[in-house]
Amino acid sequence: MTEAILSSVTTVAEKRGNGFWSLAWQRFRDDRVGLVSLVIVAAFLVVVLLSATGLVAGNWNQEVAIHDAPPDLWGLLKPAAPAVVENAMHQEQVTPTAESIEEWKNIEAMLSATVVDPLADTLQALGADHETVAVVKEKRASLPFGGDRWGRDVLSKTIKGSQTSIIVGLSAALLATLLGTVLGALAGYYGGRIDDALNWFYNVFSAIPYLLLILAVAAVLQQRGVTTVILILGLTGWSGVFRLIRAEYIKHRGREYVQAAHAFGVPNRRILFFHILPNVFHVVLVNISILAVGFIKAEVILSYLGFGVKVDEVSWGSMLNDAQGELILGRWWELVAAGGAMALLVTAFSLLTDAMRDAMDPKIQKAS
Amino acid sequence: MTAYIIRRLLQMIPTMLGVVLLLFVLFNWVGGDPAYILAGKMSNEAQIANIRHQLGVDQPAYVQIGIFLKQIVTADFGSSWSTNEPVSDILKTRLGPSLTVMAPLMVLGTLLAIALSLVVARLRRSLTDRTVMVACTVGMSVSILVYIIVFQYVFAYRLGWFPVQGWGDSLWTNLTTFAVLPILIGLCVGLAPDLRLYRSFVLDEIDQDYVRTARAKGLSEMRILWIHVLRNASIPIVTCVMSSLPALLVGSFLIERFFSIPGIGREVLLAVERSDFPVIKAIAVYVAFATMFANLAADLIYKAVDPRVELK
Repeated sequence: MTEAILSSVTTVAEKRGNGFWSLAWQRFRDDRVGLVSLVIVAAFLVVVLLSATGLVAGNWNQEVAIHDAPPDLWGLLKPAAPAVVENAMHQEQVTPTAESIEEWKNIEAMLSATVVDPLADTLQALGADHETVAVVKEKRASLPFGGDRWGRDVLSKTIKGSQTSIIVGLSAALLATLLGTVLGALAGYYGGRIDDALNWFYNVFSAIPYLLLILAVAAVLQQRGVTTVILILGLTGWSGVFRLIRAEYIKHRGREYVQAAHAFGVPNRRILFFHILPNVFHVVLVNISILAVGFIKAEVILSYLGFGVKVDEVSWGSMLNDAQGELILGRWWELVAAGGAMALLVTAFSLLTDAMRDAMDPKIQKAS
Repeated sequence: MTAYIIRRLLQMIPTMLGVVLLLFVLFNWVGGDPAYILAGKMSNEAQIANIRHQLGVDQPAYVQIGIFLKQIVTADFGSSWSTNEPVSDILKTRLGPSLTVMAPLMVLGTLLAIALSLVVARLRRSLTDRTVMVACTVGMSVSILVYIIVFQYVFAYRLGWFPVQGWGDSLWTNLTTFAVLPILIGLCVGLAPDLRLYRSFVLDEIDQDYVRTARAKGLSEMRILWIHVLRNASIPIVTCVMSSLPALLVGSFLIERFFSIPGIGREVLLAVERSDFPVIKAIAVYVAFATMFANLAADLIYKAVDPRVELK
């Protein structure tokens, strides 16, 4: 009996680093759902990295296939038709009349979202006339995930869109968490006037419904692009973190270790960010994760509405915008690709957040 | 109680002023000179000066804030910059359609989520419970855009069960024809997060001593669940519902946009597209104020349904 206890004591003592983080990691390792989610999220991050460095999906903006090329999933869905040589009539043209066709094509593209084009047959006839003079370019008849209206590869678009959406979500989450943490720490630690002022600021921000606030800022900024979206989301989304971190700092400021640090004459700045912050960092981490999920969703909506990324950039939101028009024509693949990629990432990210919270806060019982 | 309400109302004043200040800074400073937006591309100095004078933006900042405050109090925000329709008219006429969709949606959504959360919490840790929870997590991960696009395509465009979009003049037609699919979509999108939340509220109650006592004295499970547990779990639920009430005013931006419902949400999106600042400003101010009152009401109801709560 004693031996057993002794041996268990030694094994515990032998294990190095029984600190908070290694204990959390041990708990996390036992969470199978959490591990799978971590792998999926990590895979997305790798793809983002590869795409950001231009190793994959660099040519998402090129017409690599015929327009509305069907998906074949590398031959699984249906045998891929041999590559065809199609006239590239909606490419840059050599004949002046072809330009007007291009215009018609654009108008058709706009109209086709809502109505059936009555001129479709005429256009086709016109196109046939120009087949002989148009620039000939080899294009693929099908693509693994299909092609969009302009013959761009949906798989590349999805990868590039993941890059945009994930980078926006993570950066905005970092920005918002940074703001919320610093303000929350100041308010919670110092209390008094500073707390009153920051609390007032918080109340003002949380009084305006979130989406309305985002739209108001978007209206004012009059700019599109990744950086703008990050700023909009980051600068408006800090209030939740502020409240949590403030509560944590209020709890911690009376603890013995903080009083001891005070007695040693450690400056407040140091106590705030070197003594207390590591103890509340798990709250920060979980919040980055929660915010990232929310911001990815928000970015998709903003970009869909045209208040997000620029027209020459692609995100899941702008893809869904394209996909809406294509769906009515029976082209479902872009919707499935963009919606599916987002659903997969967000599900994995949410489950990862839950697993992280469970691992880092053993006091909270699992909610099941 | 009265003293508490008065104190809370007084505390609201600095927040309201803060909201006004925030919107003022956003639209009058960050937004740039509205005269250039209004005058358009073809404009000369005299025109711009004239517009600046009309809007009062050539005045010092404190006068402009005064103008803004006066606009809020008198509910007269002038005219929309793009359609010249008085902003107060826009707010009045757009409120009805938003409420037509949102009010039934909120009532049905809350009732459905409460009923399902009780059932699911009762079956805790069973396969059904876990399946429902996984389905909720996955359901919440799918973009609201996908729901709207797919539902509109399948049920309106392909099957033709509902009109693809549109809005009528009679409340009855709107409720029975045009609002049905938007409400259904709203239910599907809102159910998963509500269900998860309400389930956790119910689970907080289901292990309490009073439940065991009720069971010990031989009450039926149904009665325990629907009377005893529900009454206690409804405290946080009511707070949640109350604080989501201002959403009634805004409607769902996306649903209104997709179904061409002439509500407040669609108006906001249009205003953002057209840089129609007076409309956004007016809506933001009033919705913010409504949010504050809804929060106060939530606290008061909290006290009313749970006498243990002390208001401070």
